[in-house]
Amino acid sequence: MSTIDKLNLKSTLLEQFKTFENTLNGKSQKPIHKIRQQAIQSFDGLGFPTTKHEEWKYTNLGKVLKEAYAFGQTSPLQKADIEQFFLPNMPKANNIVFVNGVYQPALSQIVSSEDVLVVKNLEEAYDTHTALVEPHFAQLANSEEEALIALNTAFVQDGVFIHVPANKVVEEPTVLYFINDARNENVGVQPRSLIVIEKGAQATFVDKTDTIGGQASFSNAVMEVVVEPNARMTHYKVQNDQPNASYVGTTQVKQASDSYYANTTISLNGGVIRNNLNIALDGSNVESNMFGLYMLTGNTHVDNHSVADHLKPHSLSNELYKGVLDGKSTGVFNGKIFVRQDAQKTNAYQQNRNILLSDNSSINTKPQLEIWADDVKCSHGATTGNLDEEALFYLRSRGIATNEARALLIHAFGNEIVDKIELEPLRIYLENLVMERLEVQF
Amino acid sequence: MLKINDLHASIEGKKILKGINLEVKAGEIHAIMGPNGSGKSTLASVLAGREDYEVEQGSIEFTGKDLLELAPEERAGEGVFLAFQYPVEIPGVTTINFLKTATNEIRKYRGEEPLDAVQFLKRMKEKTSLVNISQDLLKRSLNEGFSGGEKKRNEVFQMAMLEPKLAILDETDSGLDIDALRIVAEGVNQLKSSENATIVVTHYQRLLEYIVPDFVHVLFDGRIVKSGTKDLALELEAKGYDWIKEEVAAAQ
Repeated sequence: MSTIDKLNLKSTLLEQFKTFENTLNGKSQKPIHKIRQQAIQSFDGLGFPTTKHEEWKYTNLGKVLKEAYAFGQTSPLQKADIEQFFLPNMPKANNIVFVNGVYQPALSQIVSSEDVLVVKNLEEAYDTHTALVEPHFAQLANSEEEALIALNTAFVQDGVFIHVPANKVVEEPTVLYFINDARNENVGVQPRSLIVIEKGAQATFVDKTDTIGGQASFSNAVMEVVVEPNARMTHYKVQNDQPNASYVGTTQVKQASDSYYANTTISLNGGVIRNNLNIALDGSNVESNMFGLYMLTGNTHVDNHSVADHLKPHSLSNELYKGVLDGKSTGVFNGKIFVRQDAQKTNAYQQNRNILLSDNSSINTKPQLEIWADDVKCSHGATTGNLDEEALFYLRSRGIATNEARALLIHAFGNEIVDKIELEPLRIYLENLVMERLEVQF
Repeated sequence: MLKINDLHASIEGKKILKGINLEVKAGEIHAIMGPNGSGKSTLASVLAGREDYEVEQGSIEFTGKDLLELAPEERAGEGVFLAFQYPVEIPGVTTINFLKTATNEIRKYRGEEPLDAVQFLKRMKEKTSLVNISQDLLKRSLNEGFSGGEKKRNEVFQMAMLEPKLAILDETDSGLDIDALRIVAEGVNQLKSSENATIVVTHYQRLLEYIVPDFVHVLFDGRIVKSGTKDLALELEAKGYDWIKEEVAAAQ
């Protein structure tokens, strides 16, 4: 059933690529288009992944893709329509707005000075900032093996290129708002971004996807991130979209020596969500943090796939994902740590902890370690259970009613992740969302 | 204040309490002693409302109310407090936040206005001196990484904050060094009034040198087989529990 529909979507997209190519005229000779052509061939060969694919065993995209989505739709959304999705209490922030996967300079606002933060249309940057774009764009994210990356790459046009020059510190947070206009029809969107933090530079990013309107949306997002020597990037991802908003996103990170990258992904609402967070620790003394909290209800499905690939010695990766699943929600955690032969003295830690609140919720968790070096410290583990009955009784025996006691325990469990958020307005915003979810105030 | 009448309770089909009768009046301290496995902790748990235990027979009346009809949190609201034998570690919940929530939930139950932050902190400051507990400890996650003595002091501190009518100390003395024991006992003594009562469940007579009971009961095989004054505790310390077991066997 869905195989045919998926074939339909695939052939529709292949057709759409031809139409897209015909609009390019002279531009079709550019190097970026060679990349698109290779990518569409890869997509054609690979097709959408099914649950037979090892990495998609527990996430059934077929369910999402059996809906028809209009890809490449323009939208008349204005600033007034999208401001509702802006994070509160961040008056001084660089807001980078995408609508239906297309970067919108007119709706974006950059408050940092241009010598500190460069924000450009990706395709234009390929020409104007070739030395920074060409070595990374479509080089980090692999189109040959990943159908969805290939699909995104094939249609890449109005993405964004973000660049922090060497030794610059971007004081203001940079927030990428990916807004999907599903007021009239189901939309398919493919935002693309490339972030280059040059050596010694420092910046904080947030990305947040929201759908406006009652129809379904399907996002296929790709973000490539380069963190050069001694640079630092803190990256937050907020997922609190409507129940028929589905999302597949790949964040492909490459870190050089002495660099720091921290990703915190908070997933609260949505349809089928798949986050791929792949970090190559391609240098020594690299630190990578991967934190996540998914608090799910209804039919929401969240799949967090991560890779920490230790290529060189003396680096640290630290991963902690926590989940609270209620209703009929489902979760997947798949964390891979690779420690290559050169990567002696690696420290790699990985934890996944889950609480199931209902009989109909479930989680599939799979930590994976592959170690070729012999002098390393690695640990991994996963736990899944119900709320601690003993703790619940302890709280109740002190006069705290069952519902409050449960909320207190769940809040404490999730707060370990929320507490790590250094960007204060974001932390407060998320704390409030979590408490709204628990229907309590502390 | 508390009337336990012919109380029978079991866990997972195993009978533990086999007919407990006990009356505790305001202003009294009762010690319940007995060998391991006699049912002391079960009695404490049943009083606090632990749901793992099934009450098969008998009644518990507390200040005129049927205690067995009440949920654990309602019992706390009525003024029952259990100092746990093994206080639970709760990561991510600070003792301060926990106690603020507990205090105001109990006040809500009693139809009282919640304490604001200033009132709460003032009260907390008063009570910390009672058990010599540091402010730093209270800012940490509840019982997480606390030493045995710190956990027990924290129990008595919670008791001081919540001002129960009936406090049940379940082996609060077990494993404490003499200094910690003194602190805990002094805390309990200072909280004693003509309005409240205490049940001290203990395996050792040592605690009763510091908390002087009005009555001592010996629990054996799910029943109170002997009651007396604090002299009974001294006798138990000197002679052990075997003579009690023999007396029970002879009576049967």
